[in-house]
Amino acid sequence: MPKITMREAISQALMEEMDRDPTVFIMGEEVGVWGGTYAVTKGFYDKYGAMRVKDTPIAENAIIGGAIGAAMVGQRPVAELMTINFGFSAMDYIVNQAPKLHYMFGGQFTLPLVIRAVGGGGRQLGATHSQTPDAVFAHFPGLKVVSPGTPEDAKGLLKSAIRSNDPILFIEHATMYQVRGEVPEGEYTIPIGKSKVQRAGKDVTIVTYCKGLELSMKATEELSKEGIEVEVVDLRTLRPLDMEPVLESFKKTNRAVVVEEGWKSYGVGSEIVSRIYEEAFDYVDAPIIRVAQKEVPLPYNRTLEQAALPQVADITAAVKEVLK
Amino acid sequence: MKKEQQLDLYYQMVLIRRLEERGAELYQQGKIGGFMHLYIGQEAVSTGLIAAREARDRVITAYRDHGVALNCGVSANEVIAELLGKTTGMSKGKGGSMHMADTSKNLWGGHAIVGGHLPIAAGLAIGDQYAGNDNVTICMFGEGATNIGYFHEALNIAKTWNLRVLWVCENNQYGMGTTVERASAVTDIRQKAEGYGMKNGQVDGMDVMKVYDAAQDALEFVRKNSQPFLLEIDTYRFRGHSMGDPERYRKQEEVKKWQENDPIGIFNKQLLEKKVATKKVLDEIEARVEEEIAKAVEFAEASPEPAMEELYTDIYAD
Repeated sequence: MPKITMREAISQALMEEMDRDPTVFIMGEEVGVWGGTYAVTKGFYDKYGAMRVKDTPIAENAIIGGAIGAAMVGQRPVAELMTINFGFSAMDYIVNQAPKLHYMFGGQFTLPLVIRAVGGGGRQLGATHSQTPDAVFAHFPGLKVVSPGTPEDAKGLLKSAIRSNDPILFIEHATMYQVRGEVPEGEYTIPIGKSKVQRAGKDVTIVTYCKGLELSMKATEELSKEGIEVEVVDLRTLRPLDMEPVLESFKKTNRAVVVEEGWKSYGVGSEIVSRIYEEAFDYVDAPIIRVAQKEVPLPYNRTLEQAALPQVADITAAVKEVLK
Repeated sequence: MKKEQQLDLYYQMVLIRRLEERGAELYQQGKIGGFMHLYIGQEAVSTGLIAAREARDRVITAYRDHGVALNCGVSANEVIAELLGKTTGMSKGKGGSMHMADTSKNLWGGHAIVGGHLPIAAGLAIGDQYAGNDNVTICMFGEGATNIGYFHEALNIAKTWNLRVLWVCENNQYGMGTTVERASAVTDIRQKAEGYGMKNGQVDGMDVMKVYDAAQDALEFVRKNSQPFLLEIDTYRFRGHSMGDPERYRKQEEVKKWQENDPIGIFNKQLLEKKVATKKVLDEIEARVEEEIAKAVEFAEASPEPAMEELYTDIYAD
């Protein structure tokens, strides 16, 4: 299998779907002439032209609201938020319009809309540009929230998202575009709403996704050297949440750590832990630990920023803690 | 305009008025829940406007939408059923008063976040532009919506991208209870289009034929030039903002003065004076509407409540 970067995986997914379906188009800030601020759509403008690769004004309401309207009448827009933090400017559309319209109008039309958003901290961008607010968006029924952690999943999930008839927020991590991984050759898709065991193990279950997967896999290597075999379940989709592989793994290991980059309070981990306690309480051998971001706005200073973000060492420590 | 069509417009205006008068009663009886905003006094606006559209032109509006739905060709049965939250409503009783849509009539809602539907309207036009047709999106909103950011983002992108949108500002003088002067830096709303280099116009919204003519010209301009246009239509709502409005912000004399310009009364007089119709013909239309509304209420009341499974239906399409 060829090894490619996350950037290439996402770019390939977009290009393959644009080639396959003429109703697919891209709109966002600097997606065209510039080639995308993360170079994901480099070369697209020359290949597909201004009608299919739309450079928008810096106007998030017009971008997401406009994409919603175009989706309502049967196009398949892929709208890009340069950063998920700019999504707050279009919050009405992401959480109060897109997830509601199909239901509220009795299913009269669908919303085949993908919102690609770049999230995550670790690049010294300061508090307003570094957030991982995935749980906020996952709170709303009617929206699907996908956030891949490997190039293989990114490509397969994005292709499924573009083909889906539902509004989907597709969250990518700003520090992961250079992450390399194997992807299958040729055409493939990965279903939305399916968690996946990324590493088999017997001692502890780590539940995570996106950046948390990258960190967790590093942690498992270190732990393995000490004879601790961790099973890693990657959520991949936050809503609809697939708990089956999580519960299956937990019933085997009876111990779990949940790893996410967002804040701990009211976060993804809070949901996962509650669900394990609700659905597998009899299997709990130790309190489940959440590894997450410190409860502060992310500072600019590199040392402080890294201190606030979850690290590999936090994960290894948490795994050892649940094994005590 | 042909005689039959003029009489049809009169029928539509009376239909809106009677349906909403009946709606107000049903609301008082507790049969309609939530917020309900009546269009009474503004009937000439959407009646004249929508009469000028082609069937392929899309309509999207705010929450004062019962009249717009009727003008688009939705039946009184379905509108009242939706108000009563019944399965026979256009949205199976899940949308209610503020969310009237019927895509088979090219009506795309019924949107209740002030100004929120304006970027969506631009999006409908983006979709049509992408498809390569010359459909026009008619987007209606109150003057209160021109003070929120959505309006400006939507107008800017519509002009920049040459979108076929007819922006229709229904200036009914009040955003809830706040007058235009107290909320907007300019009171001549059409001036806001100038800031975007957008052609614009203004018309008296109490005269349905004037609205029709202005809408026809505006639609032709938009279609032919692939350019947006902003049409300000001056009007007045005779009832409160919504059903629970104590109306402390205006004097009854002001309401009475506008009521002397009742759009239905004006049109009635025009039809008689121009000998388009006799009093008998207009009376027959009134009687026909009364009967239609009575039957629609009967239909809606007899319609079933949604089944419990509906709670979990249509959250996702896939």
